[in-house]
Amino acid sequence: MIRRLAAATALALASTLALAADALAGTVQKQPLNVAAIAMFVGFVCLTLAITYWASKRNRSAADYYAAGGRITGFQNGLAIAGDYMSAASFLGISALVFSSGYDGLIYSIGFLVGWPIILFLIAERLRNLGKYTFADVASYRLKQTEIRTLSACGSLVVVAFYLIAQMVGAGKLIQLLFGLDYTVAIVLVGILMCLYVLFGGMLATTWVQIIKAVLLLAGATFMALMVMKSVNFDFNTLFAEAIKVHPKGEAIMSPGGLVNDPISAFSLGLALMFGTAGLPHILMRFFTVSDAKQARKSVLYATGFIGYFYILTFIIGFGAILLVSTNPAFKDATGALLGGNNMAAVHLANAVGGSVFLGFISAVAFATILAVVAGLTLAGASAVSHDLYASVIKKGKAAEKDEIRVSKVTTVALGVVAIVLGILFEKQNIAFMVGLAFSIAASCNFPVLLLSMYWKRLTTRGAMVGGWMGLVTAVVLMVLGPTIWVQILGHEKPIYPYEYPALFSMIVAFAGIWFFSITDNSTAAEGERALFYPQFVRSQTGLGASGAVSH
Amino acid sequence: MNDSIYLAIQENPRFKELVAKRERFAWVLSAIMLALYSAFILLIAYAPQVLGAKLSPGTSITWGIPIGVGLILSAFVLTAIYVRRANGEFDDLNQAILNEVQP
Repeated sequence: MIRRLAAATALALASTLALAADALAGTVQKQPLNVAAIAMFVGFVCLTLAITYWASKRNRSAADYYAAGGRITGFQNGLAIAGDYMSAASFLGISALVFSSGYDGLIYSIGFLVGWPIILFLIAERLRNLGKYTFADVASYRLKQTEIRTLSACGSLVVVAFYLIAQMVGAGKLIQLLFGLDYTVAIVLVGILMCLYVLFGGMLATTWVQIIKAVLLLAGATFMALMVMKSVNFDFNTLFAEAIKVHPKGEAIMSPGGLVNDPISAFSLGLALMFGTAGLPHILMRFFTVSDAKQARKSVLYATGFIGYFYILTFIIGFGAILLVSTNPAFKDATGALLGGNNMAAVHLANAVGGSVFLGFISAVAFATILAVVAGLTLAGASAVSHDLYASVIKKGKAAEKDEIRVSKVTTVALGVVAIVLGILFEKQNIAFMVGLAFSIAASCNFPVLLLSMYWKRLTTRGAMVGGWMGLVTAVVLMVLGPTIWVQILGHEKPIYPYEYPALFSMIVAFAGIWFFSITDNSTAAEGERALFYPQFVRSQTGLGASGAVSH
Repeated sequence: MNDSIYLAIQENPRFKELVAKRERFAWVLSAIMLALYSAFILLIAYAPQVLGAKLSPGTSITWGIPIGVGLILSAFVLTAIYVRRANGEFDDLNQAILNEVQP
């Protein structure tokens, strides 16, 4: 019973990822050069570079650079968080799933959304009250700075690296598909643009790029959904009835379909997605860009609203594609399959309802989406190096602000180069796997340390260190011993660890490790750390002493 | 920040009241969200035909549609309920406590 339930929960969550990757994996044919799309994309790039220039004039301190000076409002931050969530993969992938299986698409969207209220209720305000620039500020609040920051920075960097590679590979594929540009050119272009945003604009520009993209994507999707509804006279019954008539699966598209997979793998990935979100450094960093806990809560409210609205739109868009795309031979090849694969359903629908100019708009928005996400990731990685490793570990908190920001900028360029090189090297790799790995590590290392540091009085540095590293190492080792690396890449016959994703086991290892090595820690330092829990608790609840907005 | 202020807040009965109320509220809402989602997943796992049943004989819309959309709305409504109370009642109480300890 529990197992079946768990498996079903996990499936609902897990499949989103798999299908998101589908959108971007595999071989793609290069499309002919799309002039309208490229013109609109150039327009977007010019606009965002202008914003970056504006932001660079306003950035004066480290607080400006890392956290946009804490001046982002809850509404703006909500849009930015929603922007991080509404990736190109989820837009194309979920609408493609609705296009091919109907109702199942809605189940996946729901799985992704329900994590947000939980983040609000349990994490958001404590995080905002305790932290400054990175989530390591919170995890190391009453523990030893050097150890915990090293752990958190390593956790962040590993997560950022895998996520970044996956996004870069996805970007290259998508751009090939949408614009007809060469893969390598696309990767280099993305790498250079993301460095420019982060180098000169810091968090302020990165947030605004994300906000603009979210608004464009929501506007585009709203227009498509409206056009679809207009074609059926705004009657949902007609929409579904017509879709049932033309879809090969008929009535089955209106009810849950076959969700089959290995339950333990699926459960494992489901856990990773749910708790990984609460351990992703670039998402957590967004909570420090608002002035206080009040605004942090509002951010989640708006984010949940926008994400939910967006998922309802993709559902309508998917059904619209069944009606307007699958019945039109112009969008199909000789065998009757959709040109460019099912993941192009939304893109073809854009063409069907708005012509080639609107098609160009949607393509440009899809590319903008990738740019916005990689910029946020790069900033999170650079902050882990400059704020956690350089300023707190190497300089023991005595680094000048100017030097800290300089280190951050050097790291940004380094990350840009690494992202371009790895993006090209990993062109043929399975990116779903890398996103899964990123989420698994976030859920097994960052999340347990962060959660327990806020909620559990008896946590000590020793417990967090040993347990956190155990979680990180277990996640990576199980991935290496699993089917993807051990069998497909290293060429062994059978995997030592039979499941695709490690989070189920590595999270248990992390929590058990933290618990055991904390309660058995009887050192005087540990007593001191436990005593510090109450001041931390008061601050996390009241916001007394929390870093606030910078006034200029 | 002065340790004695933290200590004073920690001993303040209104602080204890705030923490107890807010924690309880957050856990109750979390439980509601998880219960709704679990119920939905149970339906998918054990009674998919319920979600596939038509709302009425003359329509193509199945129960799954309002239930699914309802779940998305409930996530938003639950966050709205929490934010309303936390940003209103709880934050007022919080401010009162802070004013009390640092005049």
